[in-house]
Amino acid sequence: MDDAAPLFTFTGVSVPGIDGRWRLSDVHGTIPAAGVTVLVGRSGSGKSTLLRCCNRLDAPAAGVVEFRGHDLATVDVLAHRRRVAMVFQRPTPFPGTGWENLTTAEPDLDHAEGRDLLTRVGLAPDFLDRNATELSGGEAQRLCLARSLAARPEVVLLDEVTSSVDPAARRSIEALARSLADEGIAVVWVTHDLGQARRLADTLLVMVDGHLAEPGEAEAFIAEDADDQ
Amino acid sequence: MTSDIGWTGLAASLVLVGVAAALSFWRRLDLERSIAWASARALVQLLLVGLALEFVLGRTLAWSWAWVAAMVLFGADTVRRRAPEVPRLYGVALAAFAAAAVVSLLVLFGLRVFPLEPKTLIPLAGMMIGNSMTATVVVARRVVEELRDKRDEVEARLALGIAGPEAARPYVRAALRTAMIPQIETTKAVGLVFLPGAMTGLILAGTSPLAAVKVQVAVMYLVLGATATTTAVVALGVQRRLLTADHRLTVPPRPRS
Repeated sequence: MDDAAPLFTFTGVSVPGIDGRWRLSDVHGTIPAAGVTVLVGRSGSGKSTLLRCCNRLDAPAAGVVEFRGHDLATVDVLAHRRRVAMVFQRPTPFPGTGWENLTTAEPDLDHAEGRDLLTRVGLAPDFLDRNATELSGGEAQRLCLARSLAARPEVVLLDEVTSSVDPAARRSIEALARSLADEGIAVVWVTHDLGQARRLADTLLVMVDGHLAEPGEAEAFIAEDADDQ
Repeated sequence: MTSDIGWTGLAASLVLVGVAAALSFWRRLDLERSIAWASARALVQLLLVGLALEFVLGRTLAWSWAWVAAMVLFGADTVRRRAPEVPRLYGVALAAFAAAAVVSLLVLFGLRVFPLEPKTLIPLAGMMIGNSMTATVVVARRVVEELRDKRDEVEARLALGIAGPEAARPYVRAALRTAMIPQIETTKAVGLVFLPGAMTGLILAGTSPLAAVKVQVAVMYLVLGATATTTAVVALGVQRRLLTADHRLTVPPRPRS
């Protein structure tokens, strides 16, 4: 695969919801192989579902999601998830210490690598020994980011990761996303905050009513959102 | 040996139902009809079972095995009805009771704890299924609840590339402990708090208390082993129902109350 090929390609992707409505409806589009791609849209527009399809936590009822040209329905899912990490809106620290959280993701980690990962996300090395379930929201979310980086992924999917953290943590997580992209680790960032989207995006994709918006539709969404501010 | 109280004895015991009904009438509990219905129903059900047992116990062992199979089928159906929110539970419960029956009966009869004959096989299988039923229902519901309540954590583990069964393990373990602990507590408290049924029955039928105790202890161990077996099989089975082959969690939404 050459580097110019898209990271993710969506062809007619549909995912049903539990109430008979479609969470994703006939999604077509691509996510480029490098930089920070921001998926922006209102809540319920399907952006988190599309991100979950990239990690195969959700499987489409119709259509194909491809990662670097390979249909995700046919790849080794566990190996795929180690290449394509994902962090969620709500921090999900596992019971145990910071170190135990990191080694759950990467059992072969050594302490120096663990400390480096923590430094990377703006946490002091002593967080290795801290109880993960007693951390603040921002600290826990940064630990989750460190955990997702432990397996050295090629891509990081971030689902509204700053929505439940304080402004300092938000800034440091945004800076981390930028530096990951600069190092060649592609970032797909989901948010409903258009200001944040503009700050971060190398590529901006808009989701409306369960599909990726066409250029005209996207401009209308952005203009409408600006009016709301 | 005064093991048969006779029909007059049975009729005399009805006085106690009268006491219950009279208390209900006195305190205006409005339960007289329910008490009468429950008492009549118990009498008819048990008489029918007694007649059926009289018939089966007088025949070859094959009839008894058929009875055990019917109990396993009926037990699995009861579990399914008592945990309707657990998807496709019948097959899992059936496998669990069948596994418990094989393991426990193999031990009890293989090691010659009891002689293999109709009058030992049917009561022991009945004890095994009846007493492990509650724990089986509890574990099925708890596995679903744990995986639903901790969905974020389970999916965070899956997203790290951890396989489904391993990602679910801490939560399935919690469900198994919740289901097993009451049976362990019961086993601990036996004799101190209550005299268990099998022992009471044997003593009433004229067996010496020590001999009755030995049978009762064997039965308690049978129930403990059977509970562990059924809950383990059901926990694993339900877990498999909720995780797809490609390591996704598909837990049903909470039923609306």
